Amino acid sequence: MFRRVSRWAAGLPLAVALTAGLTGCGSSDQATPAASSSSGAATALTVFAAASLTETFTELGKTFEAAHPGTSVKFNFSSSATLAQQITQGAPADVFAAASPATMKTVTDASLATAPTTFVRNKLQIAVPADNPAKVNALKDLADPKVKVALCAEQVPCGSAAVKALNAAGLKVTPVTYEQDVKATLTKVELGEVDAALVYTTDVLTAGDKVKGLAFPEADKAINDYPIAALSKTPVPDLAKQFVDLVLSAQGRDVLTKAGFQAP
Amino acid sequence: MAFLVLPLAGLLIRAPWPTLAQRLAEPQVLEALRLSLVTATVATLVCLLLGVPLAWLLARVTFPGRRLVRALITVPLVLPPVVGGVALLLVLGRRGLIGQWLEATFGISLPFTTAGVVLAEAFVAMPFLVISVEGALHATDLRLEEAAATLGASRWVIFRRVTLPLVAPGIVAGAVLCWARALGEFGATITFAGNFPGRTQTMPLAVYLALETEPEAAIVLSILLLAVSVIILASLRDRWVTSP
Amino acid sequence: MSLHAHLVVARPPFHLDIDLTVAAGQVVALLGPNGAGKTTALRALAGLTGLSDGHITLDDGPLHTLAAERRPIGMVFQDYLLFPHLSALDNVAFGLRCHGASRSDARRRASAWLERVGLAEHARARPRQLSGGQAQRVALARALAVEPRLLLLDEPLAALDARTRLDIRAQLRRHLADFDGATVLVTHDPLEAMVLADRLIVIENGAVVQQGTPTEVARRPRTDYVARLVGLNLHRGIAADRQVKVEEVLFNVAEHLSGPAFVAFSPAAVALYRTRPDGSPRNLWQGRIQGIERHGDNVRVHLDGPITASADITPAALADLDLTPGQQIWAAVKATETHAYPA
Repeated sequence: MFRRVSRWAAGLPLAVALTAGLTGCGSSDQATPAASSSSGAATALTVFAAASLTETFTELGKTFEAAHPGTSVKFNFSSSATLAQQITQGAPADVFAAASPATMKTVTDASLATAPTTFVRNKLQIAVPADNPAKVNALKDLADPKVKVALCAEQVPCGSAAVKALNAAGLKVTPVTYEQDVKATLTKVELGEVDAALVYTTDVLTAGDKVKGLAFPEADKAINDYPIAALSKTPVPDLAKQFVDLVLSAQGRDVLTKAGFQAP
Repeated sequence: MAFLVLPLAGLLIRAPWPTLAQRLAEPQVLEALRLSLVTATVATLVCLLLGVPLAWLLARVTFPGRRLVRALITVPLVLPPVVGGVALLLVLGRRGLIGQWLEATFGISLPFTTAGVVLAEAFVAMPFLVISVEGALHATDLRLEEAAATLGASRWVIFRRVTLPLVAPGIVAGAVLCWARALGEFGATITFAGNFPGRTQTMPLAVYLALETEPEAAIVLSILLLAVSVIILASLRDRWVTSP
Repeated sequence: MSLHAHLVVARPPFHLDIDLTVAAGQVVALLGPNGAGKTTALRALAGLTGLSDGHITLDDGPLHTLAAERRPIGMVFQDYLLFPHLSALDNVAFGLRCHGASRSDARRRASAWLERVGLAEHARARPRQLSGGQAQRVALARALAVEPRLLLLDEPLAALDARTRLDIRAQLRRHLADFDGATVLVTHDPLEAMVLADRLIVIENGAVVQQGTPTEVARRPRTDYVARLVGLNLHRGIAADRQVKVEEVLFNVAEHLSGPAFVAFSPAAVALYRTRPDGSPRNLWQGRIQGIERHGDNVRVHLDGPITASADITPAALADLDLTPGQQIWAAVKATETHAYPA
């Protein structure tokens, strides 16, 4: 089912870009009423969050709803770059949690958010199938041409992190594929189609028993910061801020570190 | 009509015309385009080779389970292409049902190869051909085949000299649809064959990844893909419509 | 060359079971109403419909064991079924190519055939550019070009308009006369059958009800269907001496007969009277007018009563007699104009 997200996302940016390009409208089509935020009336909070946050944010969303009766939290999980695109094209979002500062910068550059805060960091691991058929033990093993490797495409955060880590190690790795997002990369490992991949620690954890994660020292050179910000055009600024606060709170951090994220 | 044309107009309006030529000249772009055209064409040939006999079987031979087969053929139409890609991996992947045996026996591994791209495209595009050809077969007068039989034509001669020419417009229409679908294929391709420039990165994959960082580049690539396919389809159509 | 066939096709509730013999050079017409099984019989001869039972022998060799494409036959279909993607010439050459002729040889012979049917200048035309009559002749040339030993014609003139039909029928007759194999013609048009065939086989409900030369069949119909086709009143009765009793009507006839017999007479031989005519009570009965309609230059009056019959009278007679439907009327037939034969 996780596959559907990426497929859907593939069509969305173009569609959004096109409608925005033709009508030139902003985010006025949002259903959120402009009424006061935390007052218990039925309001919705829309959070655009990086795909790697799917499990943790869904949990935090439930916590938030419990603490704010009458508020429903809606998520749009996708690749950070796609989400940033959607936000700059006028998609109705109240909070943006990105998997890289670069994608957040797209949004702040467009003056749609100010002062993002880094709430977690994510480190790369080498993911191998549970039986580790190519006997991969260290990052240098990925340079062996007999080892089939999947990397994220450089255009997405996990891809640029992988490049950084490999450069830091002075390794040249030719993968068999540059996947479009981290989940797709991980799927290739889960199915045993590749012998190894570089993905985030959190993703290795969600994959369960089918994938084994190997930490490697060069990962420290390619740590990914996750910034979060309430968006300036939100009709519910108080709610948005409260959600950001929840993520930054000890409770939020607890949920996130349990999933493999590191505190900043 | 406007519904079909407006998105295209949107692309054209947003295109970064000044830098267009420079962007198109990038070797990666041309490589992706070449790969797209080659794989879509080969996938169409594969579909013709497998799809025409299959359509004939469905239209002309009564066999148990025909309805089921007909329903199964539409599966790739209904299935989200990425799921189709996963399904292909489960069958033809390194650890797949058949893939395992292929690799052990012949050392053939299909995922992450250009052949894998062709396979994924053919899988997704095949229904367009089969449905179109089967429809054309149903529309032809069976008695023309009988007339040919009374003139001494064997089943093969009838198929080649009567049936095939009669359904040729249907085959061409099906092949064009099939080709267009293969050209635009994204989900099954990236899932089954991955994304590697020059080997498995077709235009739609390049467009998708460009969207992540450079939407303008994505628009350029989309326009290029559109332009090339429109030119090819338009020239084909003219040729087939004007010939008697 | 001759054809012997016993055709049984069982497709419940339909059942066809007929015997058929056609000598070389002979044309046999299968005549019958729609749904009688004529076309099924023809398709069985061609091998397009399988036999449930029976056999087909052509020139002492079995035919029913061969697939359609291996039978030495030529067939002309009701709507011709010319190949729309081939020119007239290539349509005719098609069968020749299937029989192993080289492309140039097939074309040469096909073009000779087109010339024989008077279509040399249309050789390059596609079927849809041909008129109905031209298409029919191309279909005939296509069937004859393979030099079949058995020619099968399925309602060959049915799709033509009346004027073309006359012309094409005459031409078809000439080509059939030249053809030395056996010919089976299926038609529901008695005139077509009479003009083209040497012998008629009348089929009703999948069985042969009558066969003979066109003259025999026309003179001595044996079913109501045939009688209607040939335009005669037909009644079945019991003969004794020179009389046939049909219901309570007694017919004087010229023939010596006894037992079940048919009496046939033309509607023109029936005279109508408002009051009972004097003289012999024979060949005379009272009936009720069921309907009146124009029939050529005359008027046809349909009668029921003890027996049903049609009478043709002049419009003048109709005016004189002042006939209206429902009216009771006397009808009489001259003995010399009846024809009786054993049933």
